[in-house]
Amino acid sequence: MAALEFRLDPGSGLPTSQQLVQQVEHALRLGHLQPGDRLPKVRDAVASLAINPNTVLKAYRELEIKGLVEGRPGQGTFITASLNQVGLPELAKLRRSLLGWLASADTAGLDSDGMAALFASALRDFADRRDGGAAHAGSVQVA
Amino acid sequence: MSIVEARGLGKRYGGTWALRDCTLAIPAGHVAALVGPNGAGKTTLLNLVVGLAGPSEGLVSVLGGRPAGSPAALDGIAFVAQDTPLYRSLTAADMLHMTRNLNRRFDDRFARTRLGELAIPLERSAGELSGGQRAQLALTLALARHPQLLVLDEPMAMLDPLARHDFMATVMTAVADDGVSVLLSSHVLAELERVADYLVLVSHGRIQVSGEVDDLLAEHCVLTGPAAESAAYAERLSVVHARRGEAQAQLLVRTNRGSHAVPAGWEKHRVSLEELTLAYLREPAAAALPGPRAAANAVRAMR
Repeated sequence: MAALEFRLDPGSGLPTSQQLVQQVEHALRLGHLQPGDRLPKVRDAVASLAINPNTVLKAYRELEIKGLVEGRPGQGTFITASLNQVGLPELAKLRRSLLGWLASADTAGLDSDGMAALFASALRDFADRRDGGAAHAGSVQVA
Repeated sequence: MSIVEARGLGKRYGGTWALRDCTLAIPAGHVAALVGPNGAGKTTLLNLVVGLAGPSEGLVSVLGGRPAGSPAALDGIAFVAQDTPLYRSLTAADMLHMTRNLNRRFDDRFARTRLGELAIPLERSAGELSGGQRAQLALTLALARHPQLLVLDEPMAMLDPLARHDFMATVMTAVADDGVSVLLSSHVLAELERVADYLVLVSHGRIQVSGEVDDLLAEHCVLTGPAAESAAYAERLSVVHARRGEAQAQLLVRTNRGSHAVPAGWEKHRVSLEELTLAYLREPAAAALPGPRAAANAVRAMR
């Protein structure tokens, strides 16, 4: 039996392969998956979710590139690493600086929803800028 | 290898063109979704691909250059038409017998195993089966020929959600096991997002969008920002579809690969296949096609 069952969340807004990647990463962060655990066989994931096999292969390839899993011919795909958590002292420090930011946002008059929206927007900008170099090469041209 | 290739393909019924000027090349190994409004020409295109209709102009070939409708083409294609037509008075066993005798290649064991797994009784007539069972029976008969290309016309239109899921699971398992290429037409955009990795969008008898889903999604995005600035900003962009409120505007744009800097006050969002499809359907003049055809379309749009 596989170590986890995938699920799909149509409301997540994420492409299907990204959902699979995130579910594995999430389970790794929580310690639900350990090195040596086997991911569902491609055919089983395809049959239970009714999704394109290429989607599962793409997710497994991405996990492999990230160094989290390894495909063993004829056996399946296995977890090879655990996700390094940021250390607890480091986490506490980050939390303190975030609380400082929240206090100044409060003083400026932002409510919780406003802070969350601003944080989400800044995080997106940050991620875009960080990933900006990875331009996608495709085949569709402007008409 | 192109599993389906069309050049200047057109079909006229009487004085009306159901499909015109259709050029596309779908690479093998894909699950290609054919999407478009009713009467756009989807069924016409599928009928031309499987050889049930002949072109009024242009060329269509399948499986790497075999003329559509030729014996060599028919040998490698299985087609399930709309509403999965079966002889209602024949039993599943009769239908297996008939299909085996009408085809050069038919995997009887595959078909019987599959029907057993689905708990479809062989002795029952097709008319007495549920809609979902009928669809699965038609699909099983098609897959037992181990085609290289499976063509499905609105396969899920009559099915309830569970039967839809099971039907698509069978198709996707065949893709995983046999590497069969699939071309299916459907209205259900949300479900296509799970299965399709190639999109062909037809509207008003013409191909409007054609390409790999990943490429299309990577090359489009939604920009949201102040409505007041949106007209000036839009001039610098390739806007497919714009929605403007009094304060905020949404622009679905083609970024033509790569990232572009978004001005302050604007946010860039990932686009879903459903959003992308709807945007193009609302803007019949917009097109996203590979190769030199795109330039020709741009010229036509300017006239």
